[in-house]
Amino acid sequence: MMRIGIDVGGTNTDAVIVDGGAVIHAVKNPTTADVMSGILASLGQVLGEAAVPASGIGAVMIGTTHFTNAVVQRRDVSPVAAVRIGLPATATLPPFVDWPADLSALIRGPVHMLRGGYEVDGRELVPFDRTGMRAAARAIAESGVTAVGVSSVFSPLNPDIEREAGEILHEECPGISVTLSHELGRIGLLARENVTLLNAALVAMARHTVGAFAEALAQAGIAAPLFITQNDGTVVAADEAAAFPVRSFASGPTNSLRGAAFLSGLENAVVVDVGGTTTDVGNLVRGFPREANNVVEVGGVRTLFRMPDLLSIGLGGGTLCDPADPRAVGPRSVGFRLPERALVFGGPDLTATDIAVAAGLLDIGDRRRVAGLDAAYVAAAMVRMRVMLAEAVDRMKTDATPVPLVAVGGGAFLIPDDLPGVSEVIRVPHAAVANAVGAAIAQVSGEVDQIFTDIERATAVATAQTRAKAHAVRAGAAKGSVKLVEMEDIPLAYLPGNSLRVRVRVVGDVRL
Amino acid sequence: MAIGSWILGTGGGGDPYFSLLEARQHLAAGKRARIIDPLSLPDEALVACVGQMGAPLVKQERLVDGPVIASTITMMEEYLDRRFDAVMLWEIGGNNGFQAVLSGMLLDMPIVDCDAMGRAFPQADMTTFSICELTSYPWTMVDIRRNRMIFVEAEDWSWMERMTRKACTVLGSSAATCKAPRTGAEVKSSTCLHTLSQALRIGRTVKAARVVHADPVAAVVEGEGGRVLFRGKIADVLRRTTEGWLRGTVEIDGLDGDEGRRLRIAFQNEFAVAWMDDTVVATVPDLICLMDTASGDAIGTETVRYGQRVTVIALPAPAILTSERGLKKVGPRAFGYDLDFRSVFSQPAFLEATA
Repeated sequence: MMRIGIDVGGTNTDAVIVDGGAVIHAVKNPTTADVMSGILASLGQVLGEAAVPASGIGAVMIGTTHFTNAVVQRRDVSPVAAVRIGLPATATLPPFVDWPADLSALIRGPVHMLRGGYEVDGRELVPFDRTGMRAAARAIAESGVTAVGVSSVFSPLNPDIEREAGEILHEECPGISVTLSHELGRIGLLARENVTLLNAALVAMARHTVGAFAEALAQAGIAAPLFITQNDGTVVAADEAAAFPVRSFASGPTNSLRGAAFLSGLENAVVVDVGGTTTDVGNLVRGFPREANNVVEVGGVRTLFRMPDLLSIGLGGGTLCDPADPRAVGPRSVGFRLPERALVFGGPDLTATDIAVAAGLLDIGDRRRVAGLDAAYVAAAMVRMRVMLAEAVDRMKTDATPVPLVAVGGGAFLIPDDLPGVSEVIRVPHAAVANAVGAAIAQVSGEVDQIFTDIERATAVATAQTRAKAHAVRAGAAKGSVKLVEMEDIPLAYLPGNSLRVRVRVVGDVRL
Repeated sequence: MAIGSWILGTGGGGDPYFSLLEARQHLAAGKRARIIDPLSLPDEALVACVGQMGAPLVKQERLVDGPVIASTITMMEEYLDRRFDAVMLWEIGGNNGFQAVLSGMLLDMPIVDCDAMGRAFPQADMTTFSICELTSYPWTMVDIRRNRMIFVEAEDWSWMERMTRKACTVLGSSAATCKAPRTGAEVKSSTCLHTLSQALRIGRTVKAARVVHADPVAAVVEGEGGRVLFRGKIADVLRRTTEGWLRGTVEIDGLDGDEGRRLRIAFQNEFAVAWMDDTVVATVPDLICLMDTASGDAIGTETVRYGQRVTVIALPAPAILTSERGLKKVGPRAFGYDLDFRSVFSQPAFLEATA
């Protein structure tokens, strides 16, 4: 069965058809304000040009940077109420305490801090203030906000209080969307709460966006199931993705790196993705993005996500170059207006694309419009871009050994064939749509979150891993491809005997 | 200070991030931290010493609370019927160094640039006060609820540790304490001097290295006279919360020059002993610090996790800790390991092998 992978980016909506190990066809169209018509155009074009009937498609996988961009660009986010259950602990650091002021101003709604929560050993911190919770729920209903995030001290050990708070909110605030922190994160109250509040702020937009995806599929006559890609390169059903948009935050770079691995056949490489405005440099390790160690911030907010370790620099096809100084490349860019702004397309601005055409790296638009550029200037600007890329690649490498580099993205022509520390620059077909390819080959996961009692830790962990692998295979993963991606065990001192909560997550390629 | 004290925490003491956030709020409200040199204290000055007790994991959920830590000082003043002249740090490492800073800001009290550990340690009897055999009492202990205690007297530091640890566990493995008050003379003779300045210096070193894209780990090693022990990737983490402590081991698979080797580190809140393929390479009281290879941020025993790329470094311990009487309190045997202390910094053979 063939699959369609779609990448809905800020500039372009790309679509590819993948059959087994091969990309059948790929198209690129501008992203539209309503999202849907851009997808519809790409779907129609890719099916039509490849002469594949809609009935021949087994699944559609969509990756999107929409949710992250909403936070980064401070748009389409809803104000949310915050409920924190943990007093008298946590009093000095209320919800939103470490948020950037501009984002907080957009999202921060009523904040209610209530008594309750748990101790590390499972006892109640203090009795949960149910009366206060009901009063808070009524105040939230009156405030008119449409979403609320609930966090409670030690809820990853025991979610009961958060669930009860959620029920009270649903009773008192009909139609409100509730995000509970234990559904999104682990130990670490502030970061877990941040993610919960971001999620709540994005739910309305995510529902709308995912609804537009489904509508586009319906209009294109595709009856196949719709999946949305997640941070870790796996997919979930569309309705679950709409409820948890934060889980798709990093899917763009993940898809790009996974797509590069698929297209190049390489498991270990540096991947350089040159877009219209920025270049992202990441590392493939055994076919997966290398993850960042540090606390990951999204739009300035600390989260506890694991995301690909990326270095972004301000260099892309639309990057502006100063005609007076060949060393002044970027970081400003004409972005998606490249087809109207660049010299070779009849526009007024000198961009990195114009330099590449003048240098003979690329033949698009009207070459005569850059023929007048001074050869020495063009050479100096090319050297500058080479230095920028070389520095970025060097900073992302873990040791001095030369590594292969996979060049992807619409601006991949800016990457020179020889870079220091790089053994070979690999250019692949369909490099411009690596994200959509990554979405099409997204994986299936299996997860186990289970309490084991009076079993050796090693046995408990091994049992959980075996079960998670079985779940993944049942969900459609190819047996040999299943790999461990996350493992965590928390001792539960408050339960009788020697109790251990083990959480294991594995992922595998879809069986084809 | 947050970056530096987290590194000096040797995996324990908790991430100072929450305290940093609270300190910023106090700063914005016009409150100031006045830091003074311990050597400027009159002998007869009365100095409070504050710290937070408990498991770092608990602070990840219960965060910090400056007013509660400050209330331990007020409670001690009421008990003594005497005002304090200044407040000193119990433990520079991790989140605890900030407790004196938050208290000093809230009570408008000078903060003395010294502490009783020079790093972080899991127990009250692992301090310079214990090493110098100063009195261990009285202590005040305050909870986020209305639970307040005074430990009027204790046989010695070990008993004070045992009694307060039990109480701390009952309170949910987290409690604010004001330790036995000290005179100016005691502060000058029996503490690790200028460790608050050291934390600030390390933090500045890391930040300066980041600005110029230099290796922050190397910068700290060079600036503080430390050694790189190992580079690798976390392969396994075993954790147990027992008796109010977080205990366990971290296994690290080597990368780069250490490929093919495995480093194992045992911890009790803080990293205590490191073995390279079954050979001991570092023990307390030398500082064993786990750092993010790229950012130079410290990684704590409660946040270390599978897959992280880390560099393990050793920093020299203050001389008072490595003295004969110091090692009785804070050497490997005090942590239950039948090993003699051999400082990383006096093992030339090992240094050559890993240079």
